Amino acid sequence: MVLNQFLFLSALLFCIGVYGVIVRKNAVLVLMSIELMINAVNLNLVAFALFNDNIIGQVFALFAIAIAAAEVGVGLAIVLLIYRNRRNVDLGGLSEMKG
Amino acid sequence: MLAQNIVFSLLAVAMGLSALRMVTTKNVVHAALYLVIVLAGIAANYVLLAAEFVAVVQVLVYIGAIVVLFLFGIMLTRSKLGEDTDLDNDQRWVGAAVSVFLLAVLGVALWRAFGREPLNLTNSVARGASGANTERIADSLFSDYLVAFEVASVLLLAALVGAVVVARRE
Repeated sequence: MVLNQFLFLSALLFCIGVYGVIVRKNAVLVLMSIELMINAVNLNLVAFALFNDNIIGQVFALFAIAIAAAEVGVGLAIVLLIYRNRRNVDLGGLSEMKG
Repeated sequence: MLAQNIVFSLLAVAMGLSALRMVTTKNVVHAALYLVIVLAGIAANYVLLAAEFVAVVQVLVYIGAIVVLFLFGIMLTRSKLGEDTDLDNDQRWVGAAVSVFLLAVLGVALWRAFGREPLNLTNSVARGASGANTERIADSLFSDYLVAFEVASVLLLAALVGAVVVARRE
């Protein structure tokens, strides 16, 4: 096995996640694409842990998994609140803050 | 070495196709199920990389908890089950161009930086002289990173309370 096969797979998954974040309109699907990107980054961390012979990469991947779990919990709560106020989760319509 | 490469190729093809279907499917529940395939593939890749503890945590946390959260989110926001043509906005070509460009840049950069550098499956992370994978993670986590570990647990508590407060009905 070479290092780059894992890095290329991870880059592919990350770019698919970027496409999902840009293209999807449903907020739950955007959160799923973000999870895809976080997983791609974790794959990189674990690959480099083996490549550099250093366990810290795996420890950091565990922290990233914990933080992703927190992120998805809060994110889905916010999506639920948006649904309760607007009766849909369409991100294109969220323009109250004129961003 | 050959068997690992065959397994990796099968996994990579399955994960790439599932990820593509996940961002293009018209069915919200199917997107969550394609996400399960990708997450399981990532866990299998962790096993290939001799990180069995991270692989088990991946299965427990992602496939066990986060996907269930997503399914609850789909259910509670009453997304249309079955075919829904209104899931994408009209930026499809912009998104495709951006992600293909990003993939090209990343690919060239990775190839120039690492080329064909091999992974050594006999080094100490893979086959530890000082204990198994889980043991070494525990050593590192509860000595060098103890403060970060505690902060992460407080963060999880804060996220839990925050999610309850945000989502609660008045």
